[in-house]
Amino acid sequence: MNCKDAKTSLGAQREISLRRLRLPTFIGLCVLCVSTILVGCGSKTDGRTEVVFWALGAEGEHVATLMPEFERRNPTIRVRVQMIPFNAAHEKLLTAFAGTSLPDVSQLGNTWIPEFRILDALENLSPWLAQSHALRDSSYFAGIWDTNVIDSTLYGIPWYVDTRVLFYRSDLLAQAGYPQPPRTWSEWFDVSRKIVQQKLAEYAILLPTNNEWAPQVIMGLQNGSSLLREGDTYANFSSREFRDAMTVFQQFFTEGLAPVKTTQIVNVYQAMADRIFAMYISGPWNIGEFSRRMPPELQDKWMTAPLPGPHGDIGVSLAGGSSLVMFTSSKKKQEVWKLIEYLSEPTVQLEFYRLTGDLPARVEAWKDSSLKNNKHAAAFFQQLNHVVSTAKIPEWEQIAQRLRQVTELISMGRMTVDDATKELDRSVDLMLAKRRWMVEHAR
Amino acid sequence: MRASTRAAVIFLAPALTAIGAFFFVPVMAAIVISFTDFDIYSLGNWKYARFVGLKNYLDLIENPLFWKALRNTFYFLFVGGPLSIAVSLAAALLLQSKLVRLKGIFRTVYFAPVVTTLVAVAVIWRFVYHPRFGVLNYGLSFVGVTPIDWLGDPEWAMPAIILMAVWKNFGYNMIIFIAGLQNIPQELYEAASIDGAGKWQQFTSITLPMLAPTTLFISIITMIGYLQLFAEPYVMTQGGPLDATLSIVLLMYEQGFRWWNMGYSAAVAFVLFALILVASIFQSTLNRRFKTS
Repeated sequence: MNCKDAKTSLGAQREISLRRLRLPTFIGLCVLCVSTILVGCGSKTDGRTEVVFWALGAEGEHVATLMPEFERRNPTIRVRVQMIPFNAAHEKLLTAFAGTSLPDVSQLGNTWIPEFRILDALENLSPWLAQSHALRDSSYFAGIWDTNVIDSTLYGIPWYVDTRVLFYRSDLLAQAGYPQPPRTWSEWFDVSRKIVQQKLAEYAILLPTNNEWAPQVIMGLQNGSSLLREGDTYANFSSREFRDAMTVFQQFFTEGLAPVKTTQIVNVYQAMADRIFAMYISGPWNIGEFSRRMPPELQDKWMTAPLPGPHGDIGVSLAGGSSLVMFTSSKKKQEVWKLIEYLSEPTVQLEFYRLTGDLPARVEAWKDSSLKNNKHAAAFFQQLNHVVSTAKIPEWEQIAQRLRQVTELISMGRMTVDDATKELDRSVDLMLAKRRWMVEHAR
Repeated sequence: MRASTRAAVIFLAPALTAIGAFFFVPVMAAIVISFTDFDIYSLGNWKYARFVGLKNYLDLIENPLFWKALRNTFYFLFVGGPLSIAVSLAAALLLQSKLVRLKGIFRTVYFAPVVTTLVAVAVIWRFVYHPRFGVLNYGLSFVGVTPIDWLGDPEWAMPAIILMAVWKNFGYNMIIFIAGLQNIPQELYEAASIDGAGKWQQFTSITLPMLAPTTLFISIITMIGYLQLFAEPYVMTQGGPLDATLSIVLLMYEQGFRWWNMGYSAAVAFVLFALILVASIFQSTLNRRFKTS
């Protein structure tokens, strides 16, 4: 999920022109909405049970093509796929909850699960899983599965997975003396310095602090920081682990290895082709983008690798992706579960991978040749076995955004690491005040 | 009840009901919510909303981000507002001049940005502002200006937003100015030129005073509109870099619909309401003084 947020495209952004929304227009819109709802209720189905399925963005465009086969196998069920634009999805889901008009089943970014669990909107899937013949937790990546489990209760079934790996120019790294990608932070630094010193590229790596928090969070997690403490009720950014990680992060900028003014880089692919930088931390959607957008002569000169860690093993990365969730308000839970089981079948997952490029959540699907022969996907498979979830609390997105702002100040040299982490602790503790009260209230 | 009163009530009832249900009730609810800590937890269960009195407002005063947003909004208002009015007036005068041909076409061209979707405009302007390949920096390079990172530099981001907003909005005010100009009797100019007044004297002694009511109207709606700055930074910069383009409404939107801190967000809304109210009262008093003098 977090990865998708980062590729916020202008085209998808709706214009919200509050300034021009006048009262008559507003009333008109309300009347229109109400009448649409009334018409919607009046529409008749053909005797089949209708399941409403919300799918987001690109997934929403493609998942409909998988439905005829499901409906053929289950003649009594009709699936109505409704596509929700990614950037509007979070607000739409919350508004739908407030207006008791949630669908039966939805795709949900796995970082949103804690929020909807707090609302009691999500069905407990543990009993459903226990009765299922088709699904087992062992057929999923453990770190990804874990993002769907809160207080040992299962709320979602992973649909596709997402994590961050290192994308790099293999020719430039080889020229800098690294035919194999860096495995440790010190190797990572070494190759970065060589790239810049030998003028193989203008910068070594792109760390876009203007819209990304993932690399900073990953570095903190890799260095053993817990980010939050005491049952996620207090911030823990002033801890030595996190400060050390941010010192390393800052070094990339102070040594000129990463560009500070990242808005200059609008087209990442063009910039990597033009040797503006040689490394970039990104997610699976970029396999397709790099294949399409890198010039033909560079097609065999970019690769992916698991992230370097502080000490030498594969460093951890974020457990991202989307899950399928069932809403407690649904009256068609049997049918919904059938749909979830169907979408989780390895063959269907593979078909979905071919349609969208989304990496399958089912480990069995990865044995297929289409994924095995994709040399850029291999790093993801390795990395997916080393993923951890961020704090499973509704405030996480807000915390992550604040972290991004503060680390942007660090990258620009406008704040020291000590001051920045203290400020981050202060503001995050404020965000968590209500949560602390809730935890005490529950006792 | 007199028959005429009853008829009035019956005819007004539908409109009043609609305004009551969709305007007054939500506004009242928002006032109540601004005194609570209504958030994502409360959305799930009303039990978790607490009355906190003025805490949201006090927190707001202590929040440096609020002051930053306020500063940014005023920056936009006091630089962008006058600039927008000046450009509109200049364009209107130009289009009223007898020298210009094809007035209809120019009027349409200048008005086109007003009715163009902001998102489409923003995409184009992002290209214009691009530090390496943008046409603006290319043009500036001829006069020896080193490339400016328009949307990435905290100092330049707001001027960039202002420039775009002025370009997008001046056509609307221009049309109103043209209407104002057409209302000035031609005889005044004829009399003045017989008396030997030059073009500049005619402009300062006839055009400007005669346009005063129009200008006041435009300055009030521009002020109200500009204080509600939202869509431009939302689409172009998302409030960045380093919150340099974060406006009050953007702060309200982020708190309310992104983080679901409805109580806090409602407090921001009422601060903005108070601001606009005070500014409007100030301007209309100015107007009354102006008229009596």
